[in-house]
Amino acid sequence: MWSLGNITQSVDAWLNEAFSPAIALLIEFVIVGTMAISLFAILGLVLVMMERKVSAYMQIRLGPNRVGPKGMFQTFADTIKLLLKEGLTPTGSDKFLFNLAPVIAIISAMLLLAPIAFAKDFQMWDLNIGVLYVSAISSVAVISILMAGWSSNNKYSLLGAMRSGAQIVSYELSAGLSILAIVVLVGSLKMSDIVASQETGWWLFKGHIPALIAFVTFIIAATAETNRAPFDLAEAESELTAGFHTEYSGMRFALFFLAEYVNIFIVCAIGATLFLGGWMPFHIGQLEAFNHVMDFIPSSLWFFGKTFFLIFVIMWFRWTFPRLRIDQLLNLEWKYLLPISMFNLLLATAIAIMGWHF
Amino acid sequence: MLEEVSVIDQGDMIINIGPQHPSTHGVLQLVVTLNGETIKKVEPHLGYIHRSIEKMCESLSYRQFIYVTSRMDYLSSHINNHGCALCVEKGLQIELPERAKVIRVLMDELTRIASHELWWGAMAMDLGAFTPFFLAFRERETITDIMEDTCGARLTMNYIVPGGVMADLHPDFQRKVKAFIKLFREKADQYNELVTGNIIFQSRMKNVGILSKEDAISYGCTGPTARGSGVNCDIRKLYPYEIYDKLKFDEILETGCDSFSRYLVRVKEMYQSISIIEQLIDNIPEGDFQAKTKAVLKLPKGEFYTRVETARGELGVYIVSEGGTTPYRIKFRSPGFSNLSALNHMAKGGKIGDLVAMMGTLDLVIPDIDR
Repeated sequence: MWSLGNITQSVDAWLNEAFSPAIALLIEFVIVGTMAISLFAILGLVLVMMERKVSAYMQIRLGPNRVGPKGMFQTFADTIKLLLKEGLTPTGSDKFLFNLAPVIAIISAMLLLAPIAFAKDFQMWDLNIGVLYVSAISSVAVISILMAGWSSNNKYSLLGAMRSGAQIVSYELSAGLSILAIVVLVGSLKMSDIVASQETGWWLFKGHIPALIAFVTFIIAATAETNRAPFDLAEAESELTAGFHTEYSGMRFALFFLAEYVNIFIVCAIGATLFLGGWMPFHIGQLEAFNHVMDFIPSSLWFFGKTFFLIFVIMWFRWTFPRLRIDQLLNLEWKYLLPISMFNLLLATAIAIMGWHF
Repeated sequence: MLEEVSVIDQGDMIINIGPQHPSTHGVLQLVVTLNGETIKKVEPHLGYIHRSIEKMCESLSYRQFIYVTSRMDYLSSHINNHGCALCVEKGLQIELPERAKVIRVLMDELTRIASHELWWGAMAMDLGAFTPFFLAFRERETITDIMEDTCGARLTMNYIVPGGVMADLHPDFQRKVKAFIKLFREKADQYNELVTGNIIFQSRMKNVGILSKEDAISYGCTGPTARGSGVNCDIRKLYPYEIYDKLKFDEILETGCDSFSRYLVRVKEMYQSISIIEQLIDNIPEGDFQAKTKAVLKLPKGEFYTRVETARGELGVYIVSEGGTTPYRIKFRSPGFSNLSALNHMAKGGKIGDLVAMMGTLDLVIPDIDR
């Protein structure tokens, strides 16, 4: 069958034939890098548009509808505006850290794209500790937020950054534990193994109750980790005007904005990979005929469909829930989610050892 | 507050919320002393939108000054006008035709609903939920349309004149109001589902911003703010004006003393206003909409005071007349000012997020406080 794996392999073979191995590798790096950056840009444009349209329909509005067909080019116009705007650096700020913070935010978001399997045989870096890598890199994002808040020399920014620090560090725990529940069931940290293990059904359905609990915990923790409502305390526009990025303008603000949306995409992609089978089509056990029909839908469609479904859910949260207070937010994590996910991990381990899952 | 001692310690942070800030709903400046996220002191600074309305009124005739008051509490401008007109009518001892009274009350209650609708949306937005704001505006828009038909304006209606109302009702009025009642009854359940029943919303509002009954009285709080603490203070019940004594409605009292009970009072008041409108809409008496008055009004020498229940609380209008065509002195007792004064007391020990929730439940309109 037609597969992306064939294409990548033939390109690799051709490059190695035509050039020396070192140059071939360099060219491959450039190709992959360009693809990653363009994916990044496209994701930013698509997700911002999606958010605006989703919120518009939830709020009985039309949303952007002037620039281009159905307002599709609105985000392009916004990007151009942000590019042309002056990037102010406030006096009294720590200029080096102030300028570094958005760059770190965007780099950490970009690095996270590496281990994600976008389609069958289409993955930048299938490293053997894929899941661990993801949770490690995603914690780097908090540094950029703390940096931005501290260096802005603004009290709103500082408060927002401190909130964000407390929040992300706490929710990392239950996100990690809920990921571990699936890792225990799979027995591997490698992304491709996790996807391959779901050939007979997604973990959400195969993994009994622990997988369900882990999924719900993961979605909550993911929402919190990306600073989205109802956990958007770092921004909290009605309390802290704009939180940690109050002082940012122009392209530096755009970088934070873009990093936020790409982070949403990544956590949803991880969620889709772990619980909904990544690019794996919807398979039911040994029903060969049914599974075969499902295989005809391209794997990339499966992956993006699942991811965008999860993104929609997270946007849905944002436009319907009020915001939590900082103490309630931390209570939720330390008093409820963390004990639940610890217990859940034990349960998942028991199920994995006994082989009770499907 | 007599306990004005310095509370600022080492490590405390003083933060200015406003005059330009999304949650102060206007140009209010709060100087907040924080210890981490915990509030130690809130100091409201006023005067950013002071337009000396009271002084302006002294140079305007008794017909003219009423319209300036629309700009005080712009969300219940009709009720402001009503209070002023009542005061002038009291001085001149004008007897109003029944029809004028009913029209005034109908408009009052519509204004009250419109004001509470906007408050409800803004309240949810303060707590971080955007969608209710748009839902509230959908219903509020139908009211402003009704107002536009009859009064010619959508926000500052200027519909009331001494002796009645300026023009007769629009022929569509009854039909549109009935349509609105139907719409409201349908949509209000959605409100309760989306906001009132939401667990996050409740946990943000309950046991936050405690204002005991004694404190509410001693700070001079009125309106839904005080009724949320169980204080009987509905002017429509205590000192009925126009035809309120003939109408059946309840004074909503909640005894939770927290932000959530203040919220509930306002939500339930909307239903009470709807029931008042339902009682009146089919029984608007025929007749004149305005009593015969002289072209130039001159109040007799003396002092006159009336009060009305606006959407925010008790509005007192005090006119001192020397017998001329303009008032010698006018003083408004605005509800927002007294309600705001309780903020420091309520906010102490809370978090910044609580401060926003409390300010929301006080339903502040800054031009009403500053005048």
